[in-house]
Amino acid sequence: MIGRDLLGIEDLDRADIERILETAEHMREIGRRVIKKVPTLRGRTIVNLFFESSTRTKSSFEIAGKRLSADVINFAAAASSLKKAESILDTARNLEAMDLDAVVVRHAVAGVPKQIADVLSAPVINAGDGAHEHPTQALLDLLTVRREKGRIDGLTIAIVGDILHSRVARSNIYAFRKMGAEVRVAGPPQMIPAAIETLGVKAFTSLREAIDGVDVVMALRIQNERLTGTYLPSVREYSATYGIDREKLKFAKDDAIVMHPGPVNRGVELSHDLTDHRPGVILDQVRNGVAVRMAVLYLLSGRRQEGDPRVDLGSGEEK
Amino acid sequence: MSQQRIWIRGGRILDPAAERDEPGDVLIEGGVIVAVGTKLDASDAEVIDAKGAWIAPGFVDLHTHLREPGQEYKEDIASGGRSAVAGGFAAVACMANTHPVNDDPAMTDYIIDRAKQDSPARVYPIAAATRGLEGTEMTEMSALVDAGAVAFSDDGKTIMDGGVMRRILEYSRTVGKPVITHGEDRHLVAGGVVNEGPVSTKLGLPGNPAVAEVVLITRDLMLAELTGAHLHVAHVSTKGAVAAIRQARERGVHVTAEVTPHHLTLTDEALLGYDTNAKVAPPLRSAADVRACREGLVDGTIDAIATDHAPHAVHEKDLEFTEAPPGLIGFETAFPVVLDLVRSGELSPLELMRRLSTNPAKILDRPGGSLAIGAAANVAILDPDRSWTYDPAKGYSKSRNSPWAGHTLTGRAIATIVGGWLVYDVERGVLYP
Repeated sequence: MIGRDLLGIEDLDRADIERILETAEHMREIGRRVIKKVPTLRGRTIVNLFFESSTRTKSSFEIAGKRLSADVINFAAAASSLKKAESILDTARNLEAMDLDAVVVRHAVAGVPKQIADVLSAPVINAGDGAHEHPTQALLDLLTVRREKGRIDGLTIAIVGDILHSRVARSNIYAFRKMGAEVRVAGPPQMIPAAIETLGVKAFTSLREAIDGVDVVMALRIQNERLTGTYLPSVREYSATYGIDREKLKFAKDDAIVMHPGPVNRGVELSHDLTDHRPGVILDQVRNGVAVRMAVLYLLSGRRQEGDPRVDLGSGEEK
Repeated sequence: MSQQRIWIRGGRILDPAAERDEPGDVLIEGGVIVAVGTKLDASDAEVIDAKGAWIAPGFVDLHTHLREPGQEYKEDIASGGRSAVAGGFAAVACMANTHPVNDDPAMTDYIIDRAKQDSPARVYPIAAATRGLEGTEMTEMSALVDAGAVAFSDDGKTIMDGGVMRRILEYSRTVGKPVITHGEDRHLVAGGVVNEGPVSTKLGLPGNPAVAEVVLITRDLMLAELTGAHLHVAHVSTKGAVAAIRQARERGVHVTAEVTPHHLTLTDEALLGYDTNAKVAPPLRSAADVRACREGLVDGTIDAIATDHAPHAVHEKDLEFTEAPPGLIGFETAFPVVLDLVRSGELSPLELMRRLSTNPAKILDRPGGSLAIGAAANVAILDPDRSWTYDPAKGYSKSRNSPWAGHTLTGRAIATIVGGWLVYDVERGVLYP
């Protein structure tokens, strides 16, 4: 159930997701106006608390907040008290004293947004925590697929690559399954997390089998430091085995779309010819990212009214 | 000053050493037990009413971290000793990972000296097996034993070099003391902080596979078999390790083992909310592992319950999950937590007391674990039915890192006697020193 915070797709039900996507459709429309600003969150303060470097997600949240007229403050890790050996919870308690309306958190370690939410009364939005969740990414992926295919229900999606270290994979597994799609994952066995089947997906080591007849192929970004050494022998071997190219894509449905959360390592996760295959889809993911984040900011912080600081969305738990 | 004369009246006597489970009184004088029976009369003695309570040998904890010297902000020998007696422990063995490390007879001396002055519980130092816990050069075992060391261990810093471990086990035979292994293959752990499985996958935290424990314990069991030394396995947490120990015992390997209250009762699902107070090493495991540990404790594969009391300050546990140090405080909650095995019918009260007192005393070759006439008067008086809400801030440890904080627990130590002195009473608190 969507509650005060958005920590993960795991906590949402289908109705919550539908509601966010519907709201995001309206927000997309704002982005196409000449004057891309509405007064919805005027006077509200939103802090982007990014402990891990990020350009795209941070900018996307910043644009989303500004289009809704909120005051958006970027609190970069380098400029934070972290370097002074203050614990993350001390940082959170300091933020609490600043009477914020929403805090967007990204951290390299799973669980930090939850730990921060436990001490903050303002809504916390997870912008990616370790290999745990990246809920707004999954929501924008849902929106992109729904706009492309007209539905999610009954589709089959294959998520390919380093599933073990991927928060995008986990959030998308929850998101697409809750919306009625079948989800497969594929990658080298050492990059498939233990007991992945408990999340309701089927794991493949053969890319060809995994993408056989699917509607959507989602390639994950692979971190450079994992391309050599104990995880993988070499870039070349990875791209030959798990990189998506036109040849391999022939096993998917004819109208299959290829997605990527970005930034793409060209020639590694996706072949050069494919990055140009319907490039609109991947760029549409970016556009939808702003809309989805506007929707989430609006739904979580926009409903807080004067004298009523803890209005919940739906029947979520109060803390 | 002579010790008190104490008359413990009307309890259920549980003396595993004598296979005794019957109602009665215990009379203590001059630091020893002078009478056990039903028709005692010692009207001039201090009376402890044990109606409805168990009278058992004081618990002996094989595995604790008292943090002194060097990390007194987490715990010291005084606070750790006070917390111990408040949980029914009369004696605790403390690990060598202090700062400086207890790898030198002078340090062992120091700990024993501090304990004599500061701690209501007996304290038995475990010396490092290698200098600086670095896993390379062995310590002076003979001198350390002369100073009072009861066992050797590098604990959390597993000795990864099998050749070094072999030499340590061989040499330990000259002093006749156990070598305690913390069985986790560091390379297989590979930074894992949560048991590898559905929970680590869901949390997105690095997994620590059960096989990391099984592999290392299996290695050490084979080395114990080769050398004939006494290997003691710390905090067994996996089904595979229980099976390996059981098989080794059948082959006649000189092995003993312990399990913690948390590995007997909590699964990795306790971590689903990222509670760093439930982060321990080895990690909390699956329900099947918990079942296997309980079976191992019941059938004698695992001899003893040990807390692995590991205090850490609030600001250290307030960190990111991967950064927070592993460990929890366990003295004051151990008895109510492990009473679960009695409530479930897996262990009788007498057998539970054996695993908390008689067996660990035997492993350490120290007095205790018995209520025989003439034995040192180390006694725990326990109310198995008392319900209370645990608040670590009101306990005696300096730290608060407990997954049971705020929980209502059933069962509590109501008095503890060490060396003939009533050192703890639940109403009056710690009385001495």
